[in-house]
Amino acid sequence: MSARLSPGDVVRVGGVGLRTRPMRAFLSALGIAIGIAAMVAVVGISSSSGAELDRTLSALGTNLLTVSPGRTILGEDAELPLESEAMIARITAVEAVSAIGRVDAKVYRSEHIPEAQTNGIAAYAARTDLLAITGAALRGGTWLNPATERFPSVVLGSAAAERLGIGSAGADTQVVIGGVRFTVIGILAPVALASELDSAALMGWPAATRWLDFDEHPTTVYTRSVEAQLSTVRDKLAATANPEAPNEVDVSRPSDALAAKQATSQAFAGLLLGVGAVALLVGGVGVANTMVISVLERRPEIGLRRALGATRGQIRTQFLAESLLLSALGGAGGVLLGAAVTTGYAAYKTWPVVVPPWALAGGVAATLLIGAVAGLYPAAKAARLSPTEALQTP
Amino acid sequence: MILLEKVSKLYGGSVTALDSVTTHIERGELAAIVGPSGSGKSTMLNIVGTLDRPTSGTVRIDGQDVARLSDRRLSELRATRIGFVFQQFHLAAGTSALDNVADGLLYTGMRRPERRSKAAEALERVGLAHRVGHDPHELSGGEKQRVAIARAVAGRPPLLLADEPTGALDSQSGAGVMALLRDLHAGGTTVVVITHDREIADSLPRQIRMRDGRIVEDTAAVLR
Repeated sequence: MSARLSPGDVVRVGGVGLRTRPMRAFLSALGIAIGIAAMVAVVGISSSSGAELDRTLSALGTNLLTVSPGRTILGEDAELPLESEAMIARITAVEAVSAIGRVDAKVYRSEHIPEAQTNGIAAYAARTDLLAITGAALRGGTWLNPATERFPSVVLGSAAAERLGIGSAGADTQVVIGGVRFTVIGILAPVALASELDSAALMGWPAATRWLDFDEHPTTVYTRSVEAQLSTVRDKLAATANPEAPNEVDVSRPSDALAAKQATSQAFAGLLLGVGAVALLVGGVGVANTMVISVLERRPEIGLRRALGATRGQIRTQFLAESLLLSALGGAGGVLLGAAVTTGYAAYKTWPVVVPPWALAGGVAATLLIGAVAGLYPAAKAARLSPTEALQTP
Repeated sequence: MILLEKVSKLYGGSVTALDSVTTHIERGELAAIVGPSGSGKSTMLNIVGTLDRPTSGTVRIDGQDVARLSDRRLSELRATRIGFVFQQFHLAAGTSALDNVADGLLYTGMRRPERRSKAAEALERVGLAHRVGHDPHELSGGEKQRVAIARAVAGRPPLLLADEPTGALDSQSGAGVMALLRDLHAGGTTVVVITHDREIADSLPRQIRMRDGRIVEDTAAVLR
């Protein structure tokens, strides 16, 4: 007969060191916890931001294509023909078309502002269906309608309103565009799929023509198409918009740009994950250090246990179990901490909270691996100790 | 019970701790191994307790040749056949007397409830039934040593080895501990006490006196 310890006894004996020196156990587990928390939080936050992008894209749709003039062969700014909007609308798979056209006028808060302080705000003439097609929303006030588009009324993009120092729209809020006073009737919320609108001052097409000598050439045409035929539409757009010079037309899909931005931040998350892994490794070294000291200090206990009949294997198991417990505690704490950080950050950003289960499982597996590796040497050392030597240590 | 035959122990190849010792302790004896420090009596304890192996010679404990046992078999022998009592008690701090005693049975293969019930029984046997839940630091030196004795005998091993069991105690507590060892002997346990104290040694039925790694006198041999 050979006495085997039951799993419960292994855990109980492995926990002796943690129970008798709780502060040390806490601190070395903390090292592991910080590493794991960093890794889980990085994965969690980047997953949550990915989920937020998916949510945004599914709300905004990925079937928005924009057409804008590029450059001529000679490198000059090209322009879209006057009839390009109508031509694009004739493509069967295109469901809706809207456009903005750049107005050559500067935007100021009042007549007293020096001419050079343009704040980088661009004036545009906008079609009244722009909001629906770009997925833009108003933060306050109203959008242009068939009545207001004929009068000097303007809707400001979110950044434009901020730069001009305008908090809310109203009949007595006015800005000066190209020397003409325009009433601010609305302010937009940031537009995810058309960020150029954020720093724009948008007025009606007829108003721009009447007061600011607008040439009526569209500078961006927004189209919504049947999702399944998006690539066909994309191929046709340039030639349709400007049949004489299709090479002078740029076609883009704004949702691609958002996804690309996401991919960039994912690459950055990879780097942060590496930093977390280093922290975890340092935590592992901390656990190994604690275990080595623990074995040195507890030589009399090891000697006693050998006298009580513990085999070398049982001593090794005891210290390996202690190391595993220590890092498992740290790992559990780290996983909770990482999930809490993710939840807090996502809540702050109003993102959906996503902590991938594989990250949690991976975190726990990593701690167990670290614990096993960190405990291997101290446990072997403890097992090799001769019982008489261990007992003689005062 | 214990059979040593021409047992020598050398440390580092030059220091001779035991020099060809031959002795025989019968089952049911109560014997003292006595000698000044450096006489080799601690080495004797280690070898008899199978904590150390001799450089040469034969050691038989409870009929088993120690040299032929693996680490597992030796551990098993210690777990089930030998109880140890040390001068420094070696009790775990922050652990109740009951759990300290129960821990002595950890490596015997008993389940925890059984270990605890045997531990309670052993504490009762050493007269500490009222101290079961106390921490070692709440106990007097004599009580600590009695807890350590309870731990050694909880599994009812046939052999009890006590290394200076009264060394850290005042004379009154020491007398109590010696009385307890005599009781255990009366109950059938073979008890070997290692001591430098001649008075204690002389109070036991048999004395094995040691000096410089040799047995210089054995009262059993005289009687025979």
